[in-house]
Amino acid sequence: MKASLRRIWGLVYRHLCLYRRSWPRIVELAYWPTLELLIWGFTAQFVVHGQASVALKAGGALIGGVLLWEVALRAQMGVTISFLEEIWSRNLGHIFVSPLRPSELVAALLCVSVMRTMIGLAPAALLAVFLYAFNIFSLGLPLLLLLLNLMLMGWWMSLGVIALLFRYGASAEALAWTLAFGITPLACVFYPVAVLPGWLRPIAKIIPAEHIFSAMREILYINQINWAQFLWALGLNGIWMLAAIGIFSLQFRAARTSGALISIGE
Amino acid sequence: MSAVIVRDLSKCFGAVTAVDRISFTVPNGATIGLLGGNGAGKTTTISMLLGILVPDQGSIEVLGHDMAHDRFAALARMNYSSPYVALPMRLTVAENLAVYGHLYNVPDLSTRISDLAHEFDLKSLLDRRAGALSAGQKTRVALAKALINRPDLLLLDEPTASLDPDTADYVRSRLEAYRAESGAAILLASHNMSEVERLCSRVLMMKHGKIVDRGTPDALIARYGRDDLEQVFVAIARAATSA
Repeated sequence: MKASLRRIWGLVYRHLCLYRRSWPRIVELAYWPTLELLIWGFTAQFVVHGQASVALKAGGALIGGVLLWEVALRAQMGVTISFLEEIWSRNLGHIFVSPLRPSELVAALLCVSVMRTMIGLAPAALLAVFLYAFNIFSLGLPLLLLLLNLMLMGWWMSLGVIALLFRYGASAEALAWTLAFGITPLACVFYPVAVLPGWLRPIAKIIPAEHIFSAMREILYINQINWAQFLWALGLNGIWMLAAIGIFSLQFRAARTSGALISIGE
Repeated sequence: MSAVIVRDLSKCFGAVTAVDRISFTVPNGATIGLLGGNGAGKTTTISMLLGILVPDQGSIEVLGHDMAHDRFAALARMNYSSPYVALPMRLTVAENLAVYGHLYNVPDLSTRISDLAHEFDLKSLLDRRAGALSAGQKTRVALAKALINRPDLLLLDEPTASLDPDTADYVRSRLEAYRAESGAAILLASHNMSEVERLCSRVLMMKHGKIVDRGTPDALIARYGRDDLEQVFVAIARAATSA
C-alpha cells in the first residue's frame, strides 16, 4: 500500500514540477473558465437587466451553469492532457515499464485533474462574486454533491478518451479537447431537458449532467434540494464509470497485445 | 541461476512474424548481447521482456517471476534504457531522477540521487532541464535513471547510439563497473560490434525473428573464420534466409 501511494505520488510530483516552472501552463488552466464566465456573465447581466426576480434567478442559473460545467470539462481535460503530456514528452515507454500499475497511473492522473480543476476555476468563481454578485459557494453543502458528480462525469469521459488513445494513438488527441464540449448540447447546462426535441430527451436523460443541472436550477429557483436528481446522477455516473473502466482495461490489454503501447506517440 | 528464462517465444504482427519461437537464458551476473539487423526482432523481444508487449506464444520468466502473471514484481527489480525513449525534458535532472526514484520506491532517495550524480558526473547538471542537455549528457542521465533502483536485470537498447567515442567509452566503463559490483544481469541490444565484444560474455544473433546463432564472441569469430564480430554480423546478415 505504501509503495503504491509512493508510485502515485511520483507521477503527481512529475506534473507538479511541470506546472511550478511554467506560468503559461498555470495561466492556461484559468484562461478558458474565466473567459467563459466573463462572456456568459455579461450576457446574463444584459438579459436580466431591470427584470423581475425570476429573470434574476435565470441569470444566476446561467452563471452557475458556466462555472459548474467547467468543472466537468476541466476534470476531463485534467486527466487526458496529463496523459498526453507523457506522450508528448515520449516518456510513456519509461512509465509503462516501471512498476506503476495502470490503476495507479489513473489514480495519479485523477489527483492532477483535481488540482488543475481547482486552480483553473478559483479565479472564475471569485470573479463571479465581484462582477455579478453570484457566489457559487452560497449553494452550500449541495455544491459538494454537484462538484463530486461533475468530477466523476469528467473522469469517466477522460478514461474513454485515453482508451481511444490506446486504440488510435496520438491521432485521437483532438478528442481530448473536444469530446466533453460535444456533449454540452445534451447536458442541459443552461436549459431544462423539456427544451430538447422529444427524441433527444431520452439520450439527455442518460447523461448525468442533465440531472445535475436540473438539481442546480431547483436549488437556485425554489431553494429546494431534489435528492432524486442527485441519486440519478450518482447512479448514472457509477454505470458510466464502470463502463469506462471496462473499456480502458480492454483497450490497455489490446494495446499490450498489438504493440500500440510502444508506438502510441507516433 | 538465470535472471531471464525465455522459452519458445513468438510474436506476430498480422502476417509478419517478428519473433519466431526463440529460447534463451540470461545468467545472473552476465552481459548478453542481442544482435541483429534492423527488423531482426530485437526490440520486439526486449518489449516482451519488459511486459509492454504480450507474446503470442511461449513464456518469459524474469528474476523468478512469470511475466504473464506477475510482471510488476519483476519490473520493480529491473530497469531499462534506450536513446529512443526520452525523459520529460521540462523537468530538471534531479526532478527526473526523483520521479523515477518514487516510481521504483527507492529508499533514501536523496542519497541515491547524490551517489548517482557523483558516479555519472551529473552534479553540475542536477538543476538543469533535461531538454537542455547534450546527447552525451542525456545518455548519462538516462543511465542514472536506469540504475536508480539498483536493478538485478538491466535491459539496454543501443545505449551508446549517436554518442562520441569518449562518452561511449565512459558509458561502457560504467556498465562494466555496475555489473561487476552488483552482480546484475545485462541484456544489451546493439549495432556496435566492438561494444558487444568488450561487454558481452555471450551473444545471440537474430535474423528474421529467429536466433540463428549464439556463443561467445570469440567462438563466433572462430566458427565463421572472421577477424572480428562485425564481419560475423555481416556474414550472417548476408547469408541465405534459411541460415
